[in-house]
Amino acid sequence: MDREKTERLETNRSIEGKRSVIPFGPQHPVLPEPIHIDLVIEDETVLEAIPSVGFIHRGLESLAAKRDFNQLIYVAERTCGICSFQHGMGYAEAVEHVFGIEIPIRARFLRTIWAELGRMHSHLLWLGLLADGFGYENLFYQCWRIREKVLDLQEATTGGRLIFSVNCIGGVIKDIPEELLKKILASIAEVEEELKVLQKTFMEDYTVRSRLSGVGILTRQQVHELGCAGPVARASGVSCDMRITGYGAYPELDFEPVTASEGDAYARCDCRLREVFQSIDLLRQAIGRMPAEKDLSTPVKGNPEGEYFMRVEQPRGEAVYYVKGTGKPMLERFRIRTPTFANLPGLCEMLKNTKLSDVGLLVLTIDPCVSCTER
Amino acid sequence: MAILQYASEAIKNLFRPPVTTEYPFRPFEYPEGTRGHVEITIDDCIGCGMCVRACPSSALSVDRLGGTWTINRFDCIACGYCVLKCPKKCLRMETGYQTPGPEKQAVLYTKSPEQLEKEKKQREEAAAKAAEAKRLMEEKKAAEAAKEAKEAE
Amino acid sequence: MGKVLNPAPVIEEIPDDHLLKRVMEMKKGGFRLSQVCAAFVDGKFELSYSFGDDETYEYVTLRVVIDPETEIPSITEIIPQALFYENEMKELFGVKIRMISVDYENKLYRIEKEAPFGPGKD
Repeated sequence: MDREKTERLETNRSIEGKRSVIPFGPQHPVLPEPIHIDLVIEDETVLEAIPSVGFIHRGLESLAAKRDFNQLIYVAERTCGICSFQHGMGYAEAVEHVFGIEIPIRARFLRTIWAELGRMHSHLLWLGLLADGFGYENLFYQCWRIREKVLDLQEATTGGRLIFSVNCIGGVIKDIPEELLKKILASIAEVEEELKVLQKTFMEDYTVRSRLSGVGILTRQQVHELGCAGPVARASGVSCDMRITGYGAYPELDFEPVTASEGDAYARCDCRLREVFQSIDLLRQAIGRMPAEKDLSTPVKGNPEGEYFMRVEQPRGEAVYYVKGTGKPMLERFRIRTPTFANLPGLCEMLKNTKLSDVGLLVLTIDPCVSCTER
Repeated sequence: MAILQYASEAIKNLFRPPVTTEYPFRPFEYPEGTRGHVEITIDDCIGCGMCVRACPSSALSVDRLGGTWTINRFDCIACGYCVLKCPKKCLRMETGYQTPGPEKQAVLYTKSPEQLEKEKKQREEAAAKAAEAKRLMEEKKAAEAAKEAKEAE
Repeated sequence: MGKVLNPAPVIEEIPDDHLLKRVMEMKKGGFRLSQVCAAFVDGKFELSYSFGDDETYEYVTLRVVIDPETEIPSITEIIPQALFYENEMKELFGVKIRMISVDYENKLYRIEKEAPFGPGKD
């Protein structure tokens, strides 16, 4: 007995200070989607993180060769369940640029309204998941309760809770009637009121602050070199928001990119929270300035010929849509570069020199959307 | 301060009704225009096949002569593109989602016997008309040919 | 009215042996790598290396057109995070890329089918 014990103790001692590899995922409680990261750790500290994605590759890009460009809008929308509208919109805008057509002004406003509703619900979902990630279940319930209101608005205006299917090449197929616009305004006022209470908890609560601040710091330089996008980049002080490139009705609205300077998990949380308020503000502006027009879509003739790189600011960051047509109904190439794909190198960098217990939380802070990433 | 803030929330929660609803006992009310599943008024269908070609997930099939329209509900993604494309507007989106099941099943819609009979009659009439027109054309041609032959003489 | 910064995206065609030099220049010019993608058009690979600028919102795409048999150098030495894009191109299109810093050996996407797919068979 004694000998065995001492032997075990000795082996334990010899392991001490040596490196070992711990797998994270593909199934992990903090996120329902499969992503696998090999963590090289020494004691409790992560030295290196090697990601491998690709458990749910569906080959959506190659579907472009089998569906015509009108049908592809529904395929593009189903890339991801959370930012589905923005995928459809990015694709539609790219094809519209290839055709060189201008869409009606009301359609642009409607797209903006839906995009901002989508951003609100995506951020609220993320805030809830983050709260769940650090074990604050009550906050998680509250965030998702508020999110439900946004989902109801989406269902009432489009007919789908998450996948709207209201885009078409050249505009939108559905209008929001006046009374529903009023309902949106009333609902987002409620959301704003309730979120202000939660903002206090997120930003001032001792538990949250001690869990988030100073963890996973990315400097501005690192963010730039690693090519991060969206709130991850903005939390490190890079003021980069693709909405400034003026798609949709954003040229008609006033806004400034939300930025923070710390670059840690706390700053990312702060950025996303303030972006929800920014979305509420943008929704009010858009509804107030929306022109009354009957025309909702410009008809398109012929087949797309040409290529275009469209950039759209998704809830998670910059998404790039590349469309190349050669005058046939099927597109030659359709590519989506999603924000999570751009944020993966940033994630590996921020995982270095953190504690093992923070890994789950840090993976959440880039708002990973693995189905988007793998398409 | 933070403790007081939560205390007020807690007291409020004592008197608030629950946020969730008692779902199976109180059925969920869908807002107007929810895209749940596709329905068809089969007697209005002309079997043109526009919906079949439009469907991004190839869930539909149409048999024009047999007067049937088939949808594989498990392949359908409820995008509503077929509804948009239907020239007779006989397709529509209804509320209520497809319930899960152990295997994929296709739902077959067949036109009513009266409608089928009517269409058959119409087709026969059309065919008869076409035959009549063809016969007339041929007679005319024959007459012309005869006339030409006469002139040539 | 908000400000709009949208310079038209530039697509610049370059020969394949100028790629590393141009990528280096882009990096020094303060651009960040936005995306890399491949397309198979008319029997040739079109590789697009897109760079974005965070302040001026410029978007420059370097376009390299190569034969399917030509090998091109990896840009991961200059921009390490390009490894995901390059592995993807290698796996899904069969583009021949030399010296990727971390080569997943066609196992980036764990798909049932045999990878890499040949050119044009994505």
